Amino acid sequence: MTTLADDTGRETAPPHQRASKARLSDRARAERALGWKLAGPAFIIMLAVTAYPIINALWLSLYNYRLTDPGARSFVFLRNYVVILTDSLWWAAVGITVIITLVTVAVEFVLGMALAMVMNKIVIPRRSLRTIILIPYAIITVVSAFSWKYAFAVDSGYANHWLHTATFGAFPVTYDWFGGTWSSLAIICLSEIWKTTPFMSLLLLAGLAQVDSALDEAAKVDGATFWQRLYKVTLPNMKAAIMVALLFRTLDAFRIFDNVFIMTGGSQNTSTVSLVAYNQTISRAEIGMGSAVSVLLFLMVVGICVVFVKSFKVDLAQVKGD
Amino acid sequence: MAAVLAVSATVGPGVAACGSSESSAGGKPTLTWYINPDGGGSDPTKKGQAQIAKECTDAAGGKYAIRVQLLPNSASDQRQQLLRRLAAGDSGIDLMSIDPVFVAEFAEAKFLAPVPHDMVAGFTADTVKAAVEGATWKGNLVAVPFWANTQLLWYRKSVAKAAGLDMSQPVTWAQLIKAAQSQKKTIGVQASRYEGYVVWINALIAGAGGQIVENPGATADQLKLGLETPAGKEAASVIQQVASTGVGGPALSSTTETESLNLFSGSDTSGFLVNWPYTWAALPTNGVKFIDDIGWAKYPETVAGKPSQPPFGGIELGVGAFSKHPDLAYDAAKCITSPAHQKLYMLGTGNPAANKTVYDDPAIKKQLPMAALIRQSLDSAAPRPQSQYYGDISTGLQREFSPPDSVNPNSTPAAATDLITSVLKGNALL
Repeated sequence: MTTLADDTGRETAPPHQRASKARLSDRARAERALGWKLAGPAFIIMLAVTAYPIINALWLSLYNYRLTDPGARSFVFLRNYVVILTDSLWWAAVGITVIITLVTVAVEFVLGMALAMVMNKIVIPRRSLRTIILIPYAIITVVSAFSWKYAFAVDSGYANHWLHTATFGAFPVTYDWFGGTWSSLAIICLSEIWKTTPFMSLLLLAGLAQVDSALDEAAKVDGATFWQRLYKVTLPNMKAAIMVALLFRTLDAFRIFDNVFIMTGGSQNTSTVSLVAYNQTISRAEIGMGSAVSVLLFLMVVGICVVFVKSFKVDLAQVKGD
Repeated sequence: MAAVLAVSATVGPGVAACGSSESSAGGKPTLTWYINPDGGGSDPTKKGQAQIAKECTDAAGGKYAIRVQLLPNSASDQRQQLLRRLAAGDSGIDLMSIDPVFVAEFAEAKFLAPVPHDMVAGFTADTVKAAVEGATWKGNLVAVPFWANTQLLWYRKSVAKAAGLDMSQPVTWAQLIKAAQSQKKTIGVQASRYEGYVVWINALIAGAGGQIVENPGATADQLKLGLETPAGKEAASVIQQVASTGVGGPALSSTTETESLNLFSGSDTSGFLVNWPYTWAALPTNGVKFIDDIGWAKYPETVAGKPSQPPFGGIELGVGAFSKHPDLAYDAAKCITSPAHQKLYMLGTGNPAANKTVYDDPAIKKQLPMAALIRQSLDSAAPRPQSQYYGDISTGLQREFSPPDSVNPNSTPAAATDLITSVLKGNALL
């Protein structure tokens, strides 16, 4: 991660490489051939396990195809897409997914930044602290979803009892968290934030460690306040790390599935886009419709990537120091 | 995501299918039986399906050995796993325990090996009608009835007495709601967004003389639903009353069998419960002290004077169409479903036998004092709709009838009909 976050461009490409764009020397050509030989098998495997299924999904999405009725398979061209894009369920799921993404990523960014700054300042137990902070992230999402579900369940949960005691009896013990859209979403977001803030904070810590402390000190000498130093010095200098952290988490959050699947199963209008894809493909065995939903989800994810890379104006290839 | 889904949908089952072996070390064929989890798990001494598998292996005298594989807990997940394996042509599924509602889908997709003609009579002799219907598709027996489930009305004798209910006579849902309200007690029902909710909806509609699918076996564009009928409205009205009066408990929209049993186990909330017969064995395990105060009666009536049609469940045994040994698998099915094994299973797990003769056994009568009522309920039970699209019909119903407090007799049945019809025609998502 530290290599990704290194955006200072200290390692610029050697001059001979830039010149070689025009005409390759024999050596460069041999190196390139060797490169293909070395990376070729991995490249082919990547094509087989990613490109093939994606293309296959694109192809299947043009069919009306139910796994339990292969005989009735028929080519319907873009009809599946028309059905999806005119269905209110789809747009509701997109809306819910966007809300979950915005809320969780924003909260995680603020909390993660705070944790990263604390970890950056603390010197002595830093390693143990990093390990401890990572514990929630190490828990399997399904397991964490179940524990949050049980904690807030009316019959077996303890959360309602705690809230009841903490509010001196004002909070009803029998409050049904999973009985409404917003209360369900609150628990879904909470569990997501609890689980993935450590990941965010570690990525940000890597970026924070790259910021030259001399800059911070210079600003301090010039009389800049804490917030001024944060906004004008620290954050701009770790832009690439922030982008990577936000991009990774946004993509993850946008594909949220486990929490919703375990806690509500999509009831109370909490269906997300991934859950819609799951319902069509796995539950209904409607491979055609399900592939179309997956392709749309894939396109949205690509869109998010493009928007991030463009708006942060960070060239990740350059960041890596190639 | 596209990649992940495509992989799991197309490659996944094939890869996962490699686990089953064709023959054991001794050279005799090994039959793999996919079982739904029961009280016995995969332990061959706990009187569950695993023990029956072992006994049938011993009885086969070296002709075959049966190995069990556990399926997931919920009926929907069991269907998914079997369906994905079968769609990939998994030859490792020799025998499978299937929920009756999925028999139609599997049979229509030709996932089930045909039942040998000379065995049909043996498999259906003395078997409750609903279990045979559940194993039949388009006039042919396609699976073997194993055990048959139905729900009873469980009640606290003291609560019923205080509310002035005469439990020796059939009671209606309206009477129960009124009684629970007056005594400030609950009625345990299943109304979470899952298959169990459809069990309730179906029983309510059947009790009012209707049926969810009016032409079972019809193709997607011909299918006619019976929701927008007086019976559909009566059913929706019962759900609406349970939800609006609060007698279904504080978290009605997430109540499954477990939560409803918990409601009935709490001495201050417990009033009435509709649930499967496993309740009887589960109550002492749940730490219930008032066992003597618990009574049972036939499933409540939707409409006063019209006999109720209790839910039907259970398990049918299917033989995989891609099995390398279908004849041996049917031999094994005969052994597994023998009256002696049905009795062992009923005593061991509390799951009622599909064979009627088992109910006359003194050991059964002793352990399950409500055995006679179970048998009587099974005789009048109404199976859920038989359709190759059952999964879609069920999910559509669950979606429109959830949460239960939004159910309106004037709009919900119509909305569910619209949704299911357009989903089946490929015009809507589910």
